[in-house]
Amino acid sequence: MKRRDFIQNSLATSAFVTLGGLSLQSFTANTAKKHITILHTNDVHSHIDPFGANHPRNPNQGGAARRASLIANIRKENPNTLLLDAGDIFQGTPYFNYYGGELEFKLMSMMKYDLATIGNHDFDNGIDGLFAQLPNANFEFVSANYDFKNTVLDTHVKPYKIFVKDGIKIGIFGLGVKLGGLVDKRMYKETVYNDPIESAQDISRILKEEEKCDLVICLSHIGYNYKRNPERPSDLKLARATKDIDLIIGGHTHTFLQKPTIEKNSKGESVLVNQVGAYGVYVGRVDFYFDDEKNVIANGKSIIV
Amino acid sequence: MRKIIALLVVFIAISCSQEKQSISKIEGKRININDSLTANQEIEDFIKPFRERIEEDMNKVLSYAPKDMHKNDGELETTIGNLMADLVKSQSEPVYKKRTGKSIDICLLNHGGIRAPIPAGPIKTRTAFNVMPFENSIVVAELTAENVHNMVAYLAKAKRAHPISGLTVKLDKDLKVTEALVNGKPIEDGKTYTVVTSDYLQNGGDRMNFLKNPETLEVLDYKIRNAMIDYFKTVDTIPAQLDGRFIQQ
Repeated sequence: MKRRDFIQNSLATSAFVTLGGLSLQSFTANTAKKHITILHTNDVHSHIDPFGANHPRNPNQGGAARRASLIANIRKENPNTLLLDAGDIFQGTPYFNYYGGELEFKLMSMMKYDLATIGNHDFDNGIDGLFAQLPNANFEFVSANYDFKNTVLDTHVKPYKIFVKDGIKIGIFGLGVKLGGLVDKRMYKETVYNDPIESAQDISRILKEEEKCDLVICLSHIGYNYKRNPERPSDLKLARATKDIDLIIGGHTHTFLQKPTIEKNSKGESVLVNQVGAYGVYVGRVDFYFDDEKNVIANGKSIIV
Repeated sequence: MRKIIALLVVFIAISCSQEKQSISKIEGKRININDSLTANQEIEDFIKPFRERIEEDMNKVLSYAPKDMHKNDGELETTIGNLMADLVKSQSEPVYKKRTGKSIDICLLNHGGIRAPIPAGPIKTRTAFNVMPFENSIVVAELTAENVHNMVAYLAKAKRAHPISGLTVKLDKDLKVTEALVNGKPIEDGKTYTVVTSDYLQNGGDRMNFLKNPETLEVLDYKIRNAMIDYFKTVDTIPAQLDGRFIQQ
């Protein structure tokens, strides 16, 4: 029905007649499926070297140099790739204690990270310590619910960032965990924490409706799920309470999901929630394939996890 | 008719080229980072000097431990706990005195905050990182006598070897406090006492609520781990003793 309406509307206009240059070939080219790859890490916690062979849980796993190889291989395979981090880049090995996050940011820049959000441990050297390391990061930070207006980070952290890859518009926003009771006030200073779910509802609507993004991603450091405290904001709650998010990349709870969780949003549509534990032991990979909307309406959307 | 078909072809071409893109398929998975991946040499070379500098520092011998010291080698006091409380107090004293003109009466830390033992033999920088991996920082809270009594009651009730210094506590067999002395003297009503502790505990960690609203609070900007390292550098052999500062009789 919709398609017929569309035909009728089009025939009523005269503009198409003058656009005779388009051929069947260009038609084929335009419908070739577009493919965006999202790679993500969270809670790497300064784990730059791989775990030792005798480590009880993650022997011989992780390591920035290996991660860099994997990322380069995937980028070669699909240049339309975005590399994201969901926070807690800092703290966990002497690399942080000695260099304050310099090496973490420099290595992430060499791996060409595109965007990150801020975790509670990223305040461990104070908001000034984080600010001091920003020149070492060639990527930006987003947070939609931390208000940095009265801090040194003012104007350095935006609520969201939009990327265009192969004509696909990708809007990515960040969310941070409640700092009070978790981080010393002397560390985060005048940072204001706003409700992450309300912030997400607001920003995801802007990204979908005003910015007309084809893909909306949330980089979240609020935690996957709190079974014993169901009122606490979490990625699963966030997925259910919003309607414009396609993918939530989580962190904070160090949840090693074997595969992304598929949750239903407030409109009953599927949202992917993923989190890859901690320490760079895993990299998450989510591939999005695009087609003309009418084909998707006709054929439906498939999710393979 | 032919004209209509031609028009339709053109139309389809245009409509397709302008068609909004929508997600048709999503695939999601995780990829393990293990030794099946070759390390990127450029990254490896970049890390190397940072790693070597840390290793060199971590392996520096600072002092010597006469025996194994761990947080379960006594009942209500332990050798490592006594060492930690004594060194945090002695390292903080000159900083606090210079800033406020006052002395520190008591040190209180938490048993759970000691994350590793100190093995007999050479003490390296690494030892301090193992024992205290957190960024906990030193603060001095000035407490009322009432809150010092609350502290003693907390210690008696917790029945754990929370490290203390400057304070001696004796409990009877029913865990009732029979004696509590600050620097050898009974706690005097109306007096205030300065307690050096960690920012974590002062902020309500381990439910030490008596630290939460002190009369005055001085943030020393001195990490516990750095106090350990500074202290180890000044002593040839560290003391490893139980001295009856917190006992049940």
